[in-house]
Amino acid sequence: MIAEKEFCADTELIRKDAVIIGAGPAGLAAAVQLYKQGIRDLVILEREEEPGGILRQCIHDGFGLGRFGESLSGPEYARIFIDEVEKLGIPYETGAAVTRLTKDRLVQAVTRKGLRTYQAKAVILAMGCKERTRGALGIPGERPAGVFTAGTAQAYMNLYNRMPGREVVILGSGDIGMIMARRLTLEGAHVQAVLEIMPYPAGLPRNILQCLDDYNIPLYLRHTVTCIHGKSRLTGVTAAQVDGQRRPIPGTEKEYSCDTLILSVGLIPENKLLEDAGIVIDPKTHGAVVDENLQTSIPGVFSAGNVLHVHDLVDFVSLEAEALARHAAEYIQKGDVPHCGLDILCGDGIGHTVPQKVSGERNFNLSLRVRKPMRGCRIVVRQNGREAAVKTMKKAIPAEMIQFQVPAGKLDRSGALEVSAEEL
Amino acid sequence: MKRKFTCIVCPNGCEIEADIEKDQVVSITGQGCPRGRQYVLQELTAPARTIASSVLVRGGVLPVASVRLTKPVPKDMIFHVMDAIRNVVLTAPVSAGTVVLRGVCGTDSDVIVTKNVPAA
Repeated sequence: MIAEKEFCADTELIRKDAVIIGAGPAGLAAAVQLYKQGIRDLVILEREEEPGGILRQCIHDGFGLGRFGESLSGPEYARIFIDEVEKLGIPYETGAAVTRLTKDRLVQAVTRKGLRTYQAKAVILAMGCKERTRGALGIPGERPAGVFTAGTAQAYMNLYNRMPGREVVILGSGDIGMIMARRLTLEGAHVQAVLEIMPYPAGLPRNILQCLDDYNIPLYLRHTVTCIHGKSRLTGVTAAQVDGQRRPIPGTEKEYSCDTLILSVGLIPENKLLEDAGIVIDPKTHGAVVDENLQTSIPGVFSAGNVLHVHDLVDFVSLEAEALARHAAEYIQKGDVPHCGLDILCGDGIGHTVPQKVSGERNFNLSLRVRKPMRGCRIVVRQNGREAAVKTMKKAIPAEMIQFQVPAGKLDRSGALEVSAEEL
Repeated sequence: MKRKFTCIVCPNGCEIEADIEKDQVVSITGQGCPRGRQYVLQELTAPARTIASSVLVRGGVLPVASVRLTKPVPKDMIFHVMDAIRNVVLTAPVSAGTVVLRGVCGTDSDVIVTKNVPAA
């Protein structure tokens, strides 16, 4: 932890009610909602040259169906919020990278005009997520050019007009990987296969249909890449089937001749600033542990969107950020939010939950993912041996986040809550 | 004969089953909303999709502007539409909402720009 004195030794402190880190969908929605709640002394800091976050490169449609009732592209969805921010006159600064955050809510940013330090009453974490890379997987082999994460390939094509390659293999069945399979095919590349190590797809069923099936791109479950070949440029990969422990099965190897390998193997909240600030991280979400106010372990520091837990749909990111803003506004105006002393535990079949702590005194919105696909199940919230909330699902898959409201009426003021998924 | 569909109208991705006898749809079940039924009937007769791509921009802060279709086009038209999109070159500044191809390839769908690209 950096001492306050040392931290701001040579910069003037700029006091703000709210400092929002990130001008993607979460940061923009939080800013608009904070403004509407009466918080006018705020600023958004964005490290990229333009606001909009990852939506700038997500040119496919399907955004905003829930919120606006029409199927927009990512840039159009972002524009609606950017226009609102500009109309309200909410200041945002691009090219401003936040490098430090402290438990005293000091925010240090490297900006075009030099180093700057803010003292915020509330800090809004809205930095989104990052992609898992080859390094995280430890795939053996050479280290040639031609190995890209799906998001990098997407930026190359959709922002910079650069074709990543012509003969493509995709490892991982995340949504961005499948969307890039279609995008590459439309631009004349040949996508040979999508390989998924798990026995079920990581992405949404609609993307398997409209991005893979429509273009006759095969999806091989229980398969992975075991070796990468090539000197300066990728020349091929070895793939193999895996067993129940995800170990390659000898004798099942298959060689693919390709110049490009796209990785779509998971997203992780951008949590470096949080770790440095000493914010408690949930090992299951890799984002902050938050309470029902979306407040982290540091009072006055709030988190929403993909930096908190990775979402499937931007519509839900916007909603979560707006909920955050209402709680943050309460904190700024009253100096506190209700204490949350009850833990939420993940029981059978549950991968993670958000929030992880509640007060037991207010209704709260529960987000979760199941650990494996299930046909017909009940998601049950139990406290002190009693069912406090139940949601019945026709099907539940890890690719789809489940959200529902838990009413305070059935909650006790003490006793942890446990969430479990029970097959019917 | 039963055929299974994954609805792509919205992210719910309902699993819908259609019972078909002698080219007649007997029943459609599993959809969460009326759009699912419409989708399956469309899939059985004339499957259609939207696509997104980019067009070249001269003199902009970015070399390309993203575009999308305003309505789905027949699936077998997708690569013809891509060829048409590939021939479009715009000059910055470009604004979102601009129609660059009206009724692309004889369909009732337009190609519109989805991103502002200011001049460099």
